[in-house]
Amino acid sequence: MDIHLNQNDGVPVYLQIINQVKHLVSSKRLVTDQELPAIRVLAEQILVNPNTVARAYRELEIAGWLYKKRGAGTFVSGKASPLSDSERNRIIDEKIKGLLAEARQMDISITSLINRLKELSLKK
Amino acid sequence: MQNVNIILQIKNLSRTFGEQIALNNISLDVKKGQVFGIVGENGAGKTTLIKHLLGQYIAQQGSVRLFGLDPVESPEKVLAKIGYLSEEPELPAWMTVKELINYTSAFYPNWDHQYASELTDIFALQINKRISELSKGQKARVGLVLAQAHRPELLLLDEPSSGLDPNVRRDILSAIIKTVSDEGKTVIFSSHLLEEVERVSDHLMMLDSGEIMLLDSMENVLSSHHRLVIKENDNSDLKQLKEQFLSFGLFNCVKNSNEFVLDFSGDQKTIEKSITDSSLEIVSHRKLSLNDIFVSRSQANKGV
Repeated sequence: MDIHLNQNDGVPVYLQIINQVKHLVSSKRLVTDQELPAIRVLAEQILVNPNTVARAYRELEIAGWLYKKRGAGTFVSGKASPLSDSERNRIIDEKIKGLLAEARQMDISITSLINRLKELSLKK
Repeated sequence: MQNVNIILQIKNLSRTFGEQIALNNISLDVKKGQVFGIVGENGAGKTTLIKHLLGQYIAQQGSVRLFGLDPVESPEKVLAKIGYLSEEPELPAWMTVKELINYTSAFYPNWDHQYASELTDIFALQINKRISELSKGQKARVGLVLAQAHRPELLLLDEPSSGLDPNVRRDILSAIIKTVSDEGKTVIFSSHLLEEVERVSDHLMMLDSGEIMLLDSMENVLSSHHRLVIKENDNSDLKQLKEQFLSFGLFNCVKNSNEFVLDFSGDQKTIEKSITDSSLEIVSHRKLSLNDIFVSRSQANKGV
């Protein structure tokens, strides 16, 4: 499971984990009944406090995205409702904001950025 | 009676070196299972504080109790439960890695030889090399083996990552996470690498010139600090803004061309309402990272 943390945008680490797990499930990179890494394993992989990972898993479980099997581990439930429009917008907005900031730094105008986006989306 | 969950209890600790105040009235508790991060500029008092925990300094004023004991009076009982690593571990240059590990193991009844050998493998240490032949990063890794192999109740790290490459820093963070994953083990570490502290600590102390600038859970620290940028208008000036919003938790305010950048610690909604009630326009709002908080609070303390 590939979780990438960004510490500059002020989003708490546990929320970043939650958002990325939701994103991985929604994009089918994590499938129903797939096992997630153990808390301690993920904590060591992404170098965060195990309590932070535990909190993210707990909240995802409460929200129905994950389920626990006693003595086994944590799994993708497949029952969670797909991302709401507002949540999808929020995720994509975050990415767009980053893109806009980089484009500004490189002096790329909005129009050229949109054109570039169109060109790339047409390429298969 | 001492609460068994409190590993470290410091009460009103003060220390001076000549005229210089190194620590001023420090009080804090660290509980079992916490990862307690200590941050501050060079000379803020981090190492002086840690030396008190190791029994290397006697408390001039106040008291230090580690595992309920005074580290100066009962050094062997306290040190047996601590795994310690400093920025420049003082290792005997003439020994080989293997000799040093064997020598150190003799001091600890709980030494786990298998774990020591696992760690030397993970760190790819050549055990027949002399310490004098090792790079700074390899020495730090040897220090990590010595600090961890007796499975201490407390891992105490003083600026362990200073000047080390990302791979060794990763090993150090991993050691912190491994330690705290073991039930009941505690970590206290000082660092100026704030991103690392933010990732692994659940409690934080920020020191400035020997005084506590912040002491709280990491979650409270991060969720309570905000930056609001407001537009300059005819009625606003820096001094007046500082006075007006001080009671709402404003701790730093700077002018940036035609905008004011206000850093607050407090409830976000209350702060925003107090600003809009004053007919000021908020241009942007964001939460602060630990790095932002540290820089802004240090600036404010120095009156920059």
